[in-house]
Formats: sequence, C-alpha cells, structure tokens
Amino acid sequence: MKISVSLTVNGKPVSAEVESRMLLVEFLRDNLHLTGTHVGCDTAQCGACTILVNDKAVKSCNMLAVQAQGARVTTIEGLASNGSLHPMQEAFRKHHGLQCGFCTPGMVLNAVSLAAQTKSPTEAQIRDALDGNFCRCTGYHNIVKAVREGLAQMA
Amino acid sequence: MTDTTVREKSTTAAPAAAKATGPIGARMERKEDARFLTGAGQYTDDVQLANQSYACFLRSPHAHARIRSIKTDEAKRSRGVLAVYTGADIPATVGGLPCGWLITGSDGKPMKEPKHAILAQGKVRHVGDPVAIVIAETCEQAKSASEKIEVDYEELPAVVDVRDAMKKGAPAVHDEAPDNICYVWALGDKAAVDAAFSKAAHVTTLEFVNNRLIPNAIEPRACNASFNRADDSYTLYVANQNPHVERLLMTAFVLGLPEHKVRVIAPDVGGGFGSKIYLYAEETVCVWASKAVGRPIKWTAERSESFVSDAHGRDHVTKAELALDKDGKFLAMRVKTAASMGAYLSTFASCIPTILYATLLAGQYTTPVIHCEVTAVFTNTAPVDAYRGAGRPEATYVVERLVATAATEMKIAQDELRRRNFIRTFPYQTPVALTYDIGDYDACLNGAMELADVKGFAQRKAESAKRGMLRGLGYSSYIEACGLAPSNVAGSLGARAGLFEAGEVRVHPTGKVTVFTGSHSHGQGHETTFAQVVAGRLGIGIEDIDVVHGDTGRIPFGMGTYGSRSIAVGGTAIMKAVDKIVAKGRKIAAHLMEVSDTDVEFKDGKFTVKGTDKNVPFAQVALTAYVPHNYPLDKLEPGLDETAFYDPTNFTYPAGTHICEVEIDPQTGETRIASFTAVDDFGNIINPMIVEGQVHGGLAQGIGQALLEECVYDRESGQLVTGSYMDYAMPRAADLPSFKVGTRVTPCTHNPLGVKGCGEAGAIGAPAAVMNAICDAIGVKDLQMPATSERVWRAIRAKA
Amino acid sequence: MNSFGFYEPTSVGKAVGIAADRPDGKYLAGGQSLLAAMKLRLTAPSDLIDLANMPELGKIELDSKANALVIGAMARHSEVAGSAEVGARIRALASLAAAIGDRQVRNRGTLGGSIANNDPAADYPAGVLGLGATIVTDRRKIAADDYFKGLFQTALEPGELITSVVFPVPKKAAYMKFRNPASRFAVVGVFVAQMGSGVRVAVTGAGAAGVFRVKAMEDALAKNWSADAVKSIAVPPAHLASDIHASAEYRSHLITVMAQRAVASA
Repeated sequence: MKISVSLTVNGKPVSAEVESRMLLVEFLRDNLHLTGTHVGCDTAQCGACTILVNDKAVKSCNMLAVQAQGARVTTIEGLASNGSLHPMQEAFRKHHGLQCGFCTPGMVLNAVSLAAQTKSPTEAQIRDALDGNFCRCTGYHNIVKAVREGLAQMA
Repeated sequence: MTDTTVREKSTTAAPAAAKATGPIGARMERKEDARFLTGAGQYTDDVQLANQSYACFLRSPHAHARIRSIKTDEAKRSRGVLAVYTGADIPATVGGLPCGWLITGSDGKPMKEPKHAILAQGKVRHVGDPVAIVIAETCEQAKSASEKIEVDYEELPAVVDVRDAMKKGAPAVHDEAPDNICYVWALGDKAAVDAAFSKAAHVTTLEFVNNRLIPNAIEPRACNASFNRADDSYTLYVANQNPHVERLLMTAFVLGLPEHKVRVIAPDVGGGFGSKIYLYAEETVCVWASKAVGRPIKWTAERSESFVSDAHGRDHVTKAELALDKDGKFLAMRVKTAASMGAYLSTFASCIPTILYATLLAGQYTTPVIHCEVTAVFTNTAPVDAYRGAGRPEATYVVERLVATAATEMKIAQDELRRRNFIRTFPYQTPVALTYDIGDYDACLNGAMELADVKGFAQRKAESAKRGMLRGLGYSSYIEACGLAPSNVAGSLGARAGLFEAGEVRVHPTGKVTVFTGSHSHGQGHETTFAQVVAGRLGIGIEDIDVVHGDTGRIPFGMGTYGSRSIAVGGTAIMKAVDKIVAKGRKIAAHLMEVSDTDVEFKDGKFTVKGTDKNVPFAQVALTAYVPHNYPLDKLEPGLDETAFYDPTNFTYPAGTHICEVEIDPQTGETRIASFTAVDDFGNIINPMIVEGQVHGGLAQGIGQALLEECVYDRESGQLVTGSYMDYAMPRAADLPSFKVGTRVTPCTHNPLGVKGCGEAGAIGAPAAVMNAICDAIGVKDLQMPATSERVWRAIRAKA
Repeated sequence: MNSFGFYEPTSVGKAVGIAADRPDGKYLAGGQSLLAAMKLRLTAPSDLIDLANMPELGKIELDSKANALVIGAMARHSEVAGSAEVGARIRALASLAAAIGDRQVRNRGTLGGSIANNDPAADYPAGVLGLGATIVTDRRKIAADDYFKGLFQTALEPGELITSVVFPVPKKAAYMKFRNPASRFAVVGVFVAQMGSGVRVAVTGAGAAGVFRVKAMEDALAKNWSADAVKSIAVPPAHLASDIHASAEYRSHLITVMAQRAVASA
C-alpha cells in the first residue's frame, strides 16, 4: 500500500509516495540518500538511527515513514549550519567523543535534544540520558565529557 | 565530574616521550572526525552501485542437522528474485574457508581442518549456518523469498559446551573429528613443572570458565560485490579490517580467482574488535554470485544475524595452578585449558588459545617453569576467533586470578606478592617462548596505586559499610605481546601468512603528501596518528598529509589491523618509507646546492648544508623531483614516491597495572564500578588523546566481560539464548564510571618509534581486576564471569 | 516487514469502525513494541490503524472531583514523566514512566500501547494495578483488577480501543524497579500505594503469568506502613518466571527487597 507523505527534513520540504511498511530510517537513507543515519540493530536498542522528530530524539528504525507525516525531521546532515559545526559536534571532536563514527550521529543528536531538558546535567544524568545509544569504541568516557561541554556551549 | 585523566612523564629513560616536539606526542584533534560528525562517512551499506541487487541468507534454525532436501522453486518464482543458490550450486572447484594458522599437536599430527563450506553442504553445524542465498531487486523481496525455501532437516543431537563435547559418546560435529578434538597442544617443560609443584610450600588452584563473548561492533557486517565483464574483474566493498588478507584468502584458497582481478575495498568501518578480520562465507558467496547474476549484490547483516554468524570470542574452560615457596616466590604454573573452536575453524581460530595464550602465562613475573596444555574442541556453535585481546585476556585472567588468590590465601598484600615476583632484568627470556625486550612493572604498579588512592581505600570501605554496602579492591598486572609479528617466528609456529606491514609515501609536486598504509583504521584514528608521524619527520603540517587505507587497488600491500600492531608495524613501515624519501631528497637538495649529499642534513622541513643556513625547503625538493630540469638524471630517477615493507624483529610488550574498586549492594548483589584506574606502558605515544580513547574502549569491553556480557547457548537444543540486545547485555554509559588513566614509558627497543601498541590493553587487564575486586569485597575465592547480580547475591548468601 | 494497510482516523469512532472491518488489523500507538515485533516478523497485522491524529487521546488532566488523574492512552512516556500534574499528584507514576526503556523510546511509547500489549516485564502494568486504576475504552470502563489476564493477554475485546486510564491519587506511592541489564525491562518492579481504600502492592517482571498483587504485603502494610512490615514476606518462587537473567528464587528475593525500598521511599 502506497501512501503519500510530506514532511520537512533538515529544513527542506519533502514529499513522496511510500510503502506503508517503509521505516523512517529507510526513507532517509534510501530515498533521500541521507546515509549519516545508521542502523545497528533490529530491536530498537542501539540508537545508531537516532534522529530528531519535532526536536525530540527518536529511533528512526522504530518508526514508519508515514508516521512522520507533517513532522520536522533533523538528521546529522542538517546539524551544521553555514559550514560551521554545531557546538555539540565541535565538543565531540574536541573531546575525542568518537572513534569509528558509526554510533556518532545518533549519539550527537540525542545529546543535542537533551538541551531542552537541562543545560548543566550531572555526570549521572548524562549517562542515564545515553541509555538508548550504544557505543562499542569509546567506553563513553569522552562522550560524557563532550556532551557536558556541548550542552554548556549551547546554553 | 572532574577530568580524571592524568598524564605522567616517564619514570625511566624515554627521551622521545619526555617532551612533545612538534606533532609527535601532541593531543591533536582527529582529521577523520569532520566526516563522521557530519554524516559524510561512507560505510559499506552506504555504498550504492548502479543496477544494485540485494542478498538475503537463509540460515539454519538448528544447531546440528542433516539436510535431506532443499526446495527453492517457489522462492525462485517470487517477485523480484534474480537467483537462489544453495550448497549444491557451488562448483566443486570452490574450496572451503581456510584457517590461516596450522597448529601441530603434541602428538606431532596437524590439527583437524574439516571443510568450512561457504553454503552448507549436506549438514548444518550451528544455528545461523548459511544454507542458501537469495538475490533480488530489493532487500524485502529477497527476505520474503527466503521464507519460501523449504528445507527438510533431519535434526541431529547437538553439543555446544566444550565439557560436553569432550565426553565419550558426545555427538560429533564433524566426521573427520569423531571425538570433537581439533588438536591437543602443549607448551613448556611438564616434568620440571611437576617437580616444582611437588616441592611447593603453597599451591593455589582455580577452575573457571572464561565466558564466551559476542564482539558486537555497532556496524553490522556488510558487503557489496560486483563483477565487471569489461576486464573480468571483481570489486568487493566489505566491512573488514584487512582487505589484502581478505583478497588473498578468498582468491587463492576459495574461489580460485586471479588475485589481481579482485579489488577489495574496506571503506569506513564501524568498529571491528577482531570480528571483521576474517574471511566470511557471506562476502565470498556474494563475489561468486555477482558474476553469475551479472549484478552488484549487496548484503548487510541484521543484528540478529550478527549474533549467530559473527565469530565469537573467548569460551575457555580452564584449570590453573600456581606453586609458591613459603615466601611467596612463584615456583611454577600449570594450566590446562579446553577452548571452543565453534563449528568450523575461523581464519585465525587455532592460534588464539595457543600462540596468543600459553605464551603469555609468565605475565610480569619470574615464574621459572610453566606448562600449558590446550585442547581445541569443535562444538555446534558459531566459530570462535580473535576478539579484542585474543588469548591475552584469557592468559591474564589465569595469571592475575591465581596471583590474587594466592596473595589472599598466603596473607601477603596484593601489591607485595606481585613485587616479590616482578621481572626486573631485560631482555628477559620467559619459559614460554617469548623474550620481553623492556618494561618497568614497578612503575606502573606504583603509579596505579597512587592514582587509585589505594591508601584511602580502608576509609572508603568503612564508609560503604556504614551504608550497608560491600567494597572491594582488585589488581591486575597484565602483559601482552603485540605488534604481530616477526614473520619467521610466526611461520615456525604455524602461521600460513607473513605478518609484516607495507607503507607508501607519495610526495606530490607541490610538497603535499599521500600516505598509503596496509593498516586499516576502523576507529583507531590512523588518519591522524600516521599523519602526525609523517608530519613530525618531514616538518610539514598534518593538514598537508592524507592517509589512505583499506583499498587493495590503491595500497601496495597490507596485513591489516589486529593485535595492536598498527603503529608498531604499520607505523614503522611508513617511517621507513619516509626515511627513503628523506634520503632521496637529500641527494636532490645536494645537487641543487652544489654540495656533497653527506654535507646535507634534513631538519624542520628544510634540507640544510651542515653548519650553514643555506637550505632548500622540502616543497622545492619535491617540485624539483617532478620538474627535473636541474636534476642529477644520470644518478637519480625523477619522482618522490617510496614504498617500504617492515617485518618486526620481535613482538612488543605493552604492560601495566589496572586497579578496580567495586561497591556491592549485598541485598541485591548489584555491583557498581566505584572507580577504575589503568596505568599502562605503551612505549612512546604519538597522540595521547587517541591512546586514552583506546584504553577507555578496551576497559569498557573488559568490564563488560566481567559484569555483563555472556553468550549463552542452550545446552540441550543448541539454540542461541542471547540472540539479541534484549538478552545480551551490552555495556551502556550508566554501567561504567569515568576512568582514571595514566601512562609510564619504556620505549620499545626494536622499532624506530619506540612504540608498543595500545588497542587491546583495556580488554586484557580489566576482567581480572574487576573479578579480583568482587572476590575481595565478598570474601570468596572465585566467582563465575560475568558477575551478574544473581551470581553475586548467591555468593554472598552462600557465605553468610 | 510484510505489507499492510495503513489508516489515519481522526476520531475514536472512526478508528473503531476501521478496526471492526479488519479483524487482523492492529491499532498503532507509539509502536515501540509493535513495530519492533513486525520487523522481526514475529507478528504481521493486515492493517495498522494509527492513533496519532486524535489529540484528545494525548491529554493529561486532573479530575479534581474524583481526585484522580485522567491520562490519555496516547500520552507518551516522556510526557507523563515530565508532566507537572503527574509529578505533583502521583510522583511514583512520573518516576515509573521516566524509568521505561530509554529517552528515545519514552518519546514515542505510550501508556495505552504499553497496557494493551501487557508485556509481563513492562513497567506500566505495575502502576495501573498498583494504583487500582480504571481503563477506559471506547465502550466501557474496566477495573485494573479485571484487566490483566496473563502474558500479553488483557480483557480487551477484538477492536476495543483504550482511550484513557483513570488513576486515583494515592496518599503515598512508590515504584521500585530492578532492571534487566540487557533489555532495560523490569526483572522485578514493585509498585506500592496507600490509597484511601487501602493498600495495594503490584509486581511486574517477576510473575510467570504477568503482573500480580501481593495480598500478604498489602495486609501487612495496611496494619503497619513500614519497610519492616514486608521484610519477611516472600512470594513463593513456584509462580515466578525464571530465565537467564534471574531465577525464580532470585526474583522472589528481589520482590521483597524492592517492596521494602518502595515503601521506604514512598
């Protein structure tokens, strides 16, 4: 069953006819070629596919494209503006908060959305907020530092 | 939260590391981060080829079964399907997946190497064993069609635990190994060890399982294979750690293709940890099928497939004994291990519990005699191979659990017993075949005790007790053999490949540089570290240096990234190529300045006439090499592009001490890492920021093994119980503390950078430190990893 | 994932009407369990009826006359966790919602979806049963005690749609969860509540047949609201779940420990 869907992705309006079963992550990767959003599991746990839907972090592997009808979607490709990195991206670079880079887009976007809740979280709050994002490379140590600084810079 | 990272200067002679001069030793931000942070990285699944088709593998739902028949007609007729192949469609000329290391048993016979077919032939031997491939226009169509394949299985009894597999009458995984034994191998002087044990004042004995782990790189395995009929060539994109090895094994041993007609590209790779070293069936089938179908074929594993088909790690059952004299001096060690190989021998499976395990059992200690016997066993499980640390975490676990237990039993302080037995004279020949070139084990132990504030532990324990909590402290003084490896030594031990590395340094006419390295980077930051090495030597900025890796079409050769070998072996190859560039540049500069080349020195990016300020900058020499108008063409070829191969003369021996402090809730058994300290000696350090990151990541995996991770197969059915993240506990941010890390430096004596490697240390040292801390906290001799809340609760209750 | 029809009704009546004609269809709330199951081909509904276009299903309101919170079935976990109203009236419910899954899951998952699915390790069933809530559907009101019918089983009839849940405001309440290290579901979750009508104790994660009440603890707490009162009350392991994460015996022990801690923190 094909359904027409219209949404905004990284500030640009997008319309398409999609299969009802198409996942939002498939729509982003396959239709829009926004391959910065990754898929790391099939049980909606690893968080590599995390994007922002109406500024809220969600797992795009566990949402249908048609459920994004009318939504405002931000992917990692839409975070930097005018050629300069978002403060959270800068903080990840400065603190070596990434290694292989595969979990990074989801990690950064989840961290960015945390700003709506708190600008100066404790270490424990940051770690809890990252519960839905697995990283196998960094041991999270530098990610925690990066998130703290990124949030401070966003304030 | 405070930044707990501490860097210390060398406590021993280390001129190159004492002070960062130029880019070497500097905490430089990574060159690769810009693309990863903006979604511009290109991983295998991101590669989309014209006329792309998609593959899905039908896998065995049984641990062990005979295939009576396979019906594919309906699947072939399904919408969008291009082809369906089973084992019967694979030509007889196609070989099995090879094992790269021949272990010869104690009986003088070679290990058993049953065929590892790329699609099951006759039998399936583990859940997830690939049975058929379906290729279709879309991934969904391939999946739907695969569900229409009818396989008639005759289920056979399965065996998944090594102890069960070694029992008389156990089901045989392979007809060629009716007792399931792949080999029985031993190292060391058994008679001398037995004699030493008979005279010992104290013997400490432990029996334990080193729990099976699933590597779980966050990027699942993937490949995209295509055939070009214009020149009969293949291109394979694959998430892999060593594309040249992948190509060599696939072409020469399996598909019989001309090696030069296959290009293997490992683009950005989302973590490996060992699991992407190997040649797997899936990419091999896709390469073969890409010609048959005439379309590029993409396959990306779903996570549930990764769980059943990636090579797993560890899975040892061990009995270990340590003999001591009355003063706590180690007299001998005796170790007997049964190691699971899984259902088939993976690429390096056979050398992990032998060459990379038994040889490390001396640890940091002067134990004079050691004997280790290893029985490798086939089971109806996914193949087992190297996973971060590979043999060395298992060896460290044996040594450091024994040492900690002996100290407790003999009432000698943990650090004191270690100190009484540390090796302090180098080079040191161990009784298990290795020669340590250098180390300073006291320095790391002292540094770790200081950083961990061991002095304050008693007070912290008392404070915990006030809150009704238990607190414990655990040490692990590990050593590893890295920088794999001298090819002749490896060859004499059964390696079927060389273990050198290649590097090419291409200076462009404008003085910009491209480095081509056989070391692959999948998170390690080589594009930055290697650029720093070259920048430091050539006196140019790292922004003027690009590092290219992971492409057999662009790189001279490469043995790839594993065994913490990249900087020690790959970095040295690059250094040697740079040396050739400088040597040639000196001749060009001498010609330009009309002096003898022996009068020219190269410093700070300039070729200078010794004792004068007359000089030619590097970029001018580069331009002259490519525009050789004023050039010694009679003596020198134009161009400035040099390649070097480096084969190390010894392993490197990173070592250190990890100290873990745990707090346990005795009511629930829940264990929290209160603090974790690692002080390591990696030799000289090129980029401390990257090295710390490697340590952090290794620690998380080591702590994961000790507290959370365990691959469980059902002992009756052979089904994988922990087949998803719903049941396999991955370490999350909230499971870990911020780490305290420091370094001490004794530069490696046999490579020009004085480097040892740092990628695996965390995973090697941490498990024993955590378990020693838990045993200390609850006052028990031993506890099975992972120390789940229930296991800890039961141990506390049994003691009460 | 198999193909399915997709409907976006704008009223409860329309949604129920669509469902009536499609017996193999399912309502789609937050989708955090349903879509994951469909991806793994564990379930393959013929149609999905999306509930996202009915704003009235997302409301969180205080019914001051009944002294109860009325929470719409489509209220996301993050909305319940962050609701000032919920925090002020039933803090235990807000903290329960805040401990479900992870941030991203909480931004999508819903109250109605959770209790319609009735996963035996889900958190909400403990809160709903522990507070003696009333499940309001398109056709009737169901008391929590009559609603949960075993593993993934509820009193809902085919096509019946949860529209809201009415939570009476307790005098005191708390939820204590011992979470599964892998899935983040509850190995054991204990909800204790001192209601006007008496004490209720509900346990999720542990039961072989899903969420259940512990009468012995309720009686003890009614007499003496203190952690000590439940200290020596154990739920026998015989009726508890056992898996690689926790044996029935360990779950039994954890119920007692979590109950004490819940009472102490209420």
